[in-house]
Amino acid sequence: MSEQSGAVTKTANGLLQWVDKRLPVLDFWNAHLAKYYAPKNFNFWYYMGGFALLVLVIQILSGIFLTMHYKPSAAEAFASVEYIMRDVEWGWLIRYMHSTGASFFFIVVYLHMFRSLLYGSHRKPRELLWVFGMLIYLLLMAEAFFGYVLPWGQMSYWGAQVIINLFGAIPMIGEPLTEWIRGDFFISDATINRFFALHVIALPIALLGLVVLHLSALHQTGSNNPDGIEIKENKDEDGIPKDGIPFHPYYTVKDIFGASMFLLVFAFVIFFWPEAGGLFLEHDNFVAADPLVTPEHIKPVWYFTPFYAILKAVPDKLMGVILMGVSVGVLFLLPWLDRSPVKSIRYKGAWYKILVFSFAIAFIRLGMLGMAEGTPAQTIEMRVWTFVYFSFFILLFFLSKGGKTKPVPDRVTH
Amino acid sequence: MSADGVNKERRRFLIATTSAMGAMGAGFAAVPFIKSWFPSARAQAVGAPVEVNVSKIEPGQIVKVQWRGQTIGVLARTDEMLQDLTQVEPELRDPGSDDAEQPDYIDSEGRALRPEFLVVNMHCTHLGCIPQLIPQVGPQPFDENWKGGFYCPCHKSKFDLAGRVYKGVPAPENLKIPPYSFLDDDTLVIGVNPGGMV
Repeated sequence: MSEQSGAVTKTANGLLQWVDKRLPVLDFWNAHLAKYYAPKNFNFWYYMGGFALLVLVIQILSGIFLTMHYKPSAAEAFASVEYIMRDVEWGWLIRYMHSTGASFFFIVVYLHMFRSLLYGSHRKPRELLWVFGMLIYLLLMAEAFFGYVLPWGQMSYWGAQVIINLFGAIPMIGEPLTEWIRGDFFISDATINRFFALHVIALPIALLGLVVLHLSALHQTGSNNPDGIEIKENKDEDGIPKDGIPFHPYYTVKDIFGASMFLLVFAFVIFFWPEAGGLFLEHDNFVAADPLVTPEHIKPVWYFTPFYAILKAVPDKLMGVILMGVSVGVLFLLPWLDRSPVKSIRYKGAWYKILVFSFAIAFIRLGMLGMAEGTPAQTIEMRVWTFVYFSFFILLFFLSKGGKTKPVPDRVTH
Repeated sequence: MSADGVNKERRRFLIATTSAMGAMGAGFAAVPFIKSWFPSARAQAVGAPVEVNVSKIEPGQIVKVQWRGQTIGVLARTDEMLQDLTQVEPELRDPGSDDAEQPDYIDSEGRALRPEFLVVNMHCTHLGCIPQLIPQVGPQPFDENWKGGFYCPCHKSKFDLAGRVYKGVPAPENLKIPPYSFLDDDTLVIGVNPGGMV
């Protein structure tokens, strides 16, 4: 028996040796898993990156199977989605995985980004890591928008109408630019056809490329941690960070546990609450696109509504579009706007806590107001929160340099 | 220049010219791909004029038709509606329609060839939604002194019954007026100027 298993191990080892001579599998395994040292004080927030990767895989897998039944044409798209939901075996499950996955993607990405604000993960030396992350976020928004158009419901159609016409606000080239994007004088078959191409091939490839860059940049600098301490500055005689533990097996096991919890919640939503009361799948999108009738209350999906509220708060078309663009673009600058000598919120004064939490509340309130009908009182509230949103960046720049800090310990705490 | 030395200047020149030529080539190669996104010949060909029988529109009623993918509204205006037009002018951004997109032959006051018929491109000049016609005068959730007009559900832009935009709303301009003419008393043609094709 033991002789036999010994023979199996020997063969397996031999095979590994054979492959490793031709492909650097062991180097890769060690560099990124077995000998990649991550800080030992990760907390709940550090699940989000792994979750994002998991959702990406779910989206790609479910997406591939949806394309096998979906028809990217104005005449057939809506019916083909209904066909997937009703006639294709398990089609409803695959479709709900994909639609729920889209919303979960943004939930984990927003939490992932907020984690950076808390612990200063975007600060030097991780600026490029943050920039790649922001590019992923931008592409994700484009990907989500194109995907939302594909079912060709009322919200798909009129949402596309509004978003594409945003580009029409650009002086001089606006009008021809919108025609170029649509491929027609109105949103038509040409539009859905190209959005399909972008959604299923162009953007996913770009996204995967950026994920590789994001992870490469992460593994170059190493992970930040809740204390905002560089663990590489404190190494033992073997050159291993004293506060680091190998990613595998420690964090792979942690992430597998986290992924199980995540999938539990994910499955619950898919099975019992896939529309999320109109948040994940809007009611108007169960009606086929009709170019003659605009739905009474038009709004984007929840993950765009904070920016949409900023657009609505401004009573001028071009200014509104510019401000909305700036509200996303300014996030790129975060690593340079925070000039505090300390990274983590744990060792910053009350000023930072107030700033970050008022920013978070502004973002959430704007998101809620962006979905609302829009009474005059709500418009005023939107302007107030828009002001709070932008004040965050300005105040951060000025307060961070001299803002109060506490002494940072040499070693991580846990 | 020694035999084994490297002429760095020449090398730089060659790299620069090769890169420039390569970049130009890539630029030219991109043109067909970018151009393929413009409206195709088929899309451009679909743009025939649309006829509407206006005798069948009751006063106060609106009929919507599609022309070149745009929704065009034909509103039969009552005398009261026409009288209210001058009343709302102080609240309008561009009452004279000086900045509006409309044919030269459109009268600036009622914005129509025949005042009783408003022919208007229904797409909001903000982001292209279709405003609703709310003709009744009286308080509305969005405006306590509503005088009748068009209200856009997307971003709350308001227009009067001549498609002129109110002040303080996101839409920058009055609703557009498409080219149109009357074949005879009852027949409206959208897409054809009086006396000929567009």
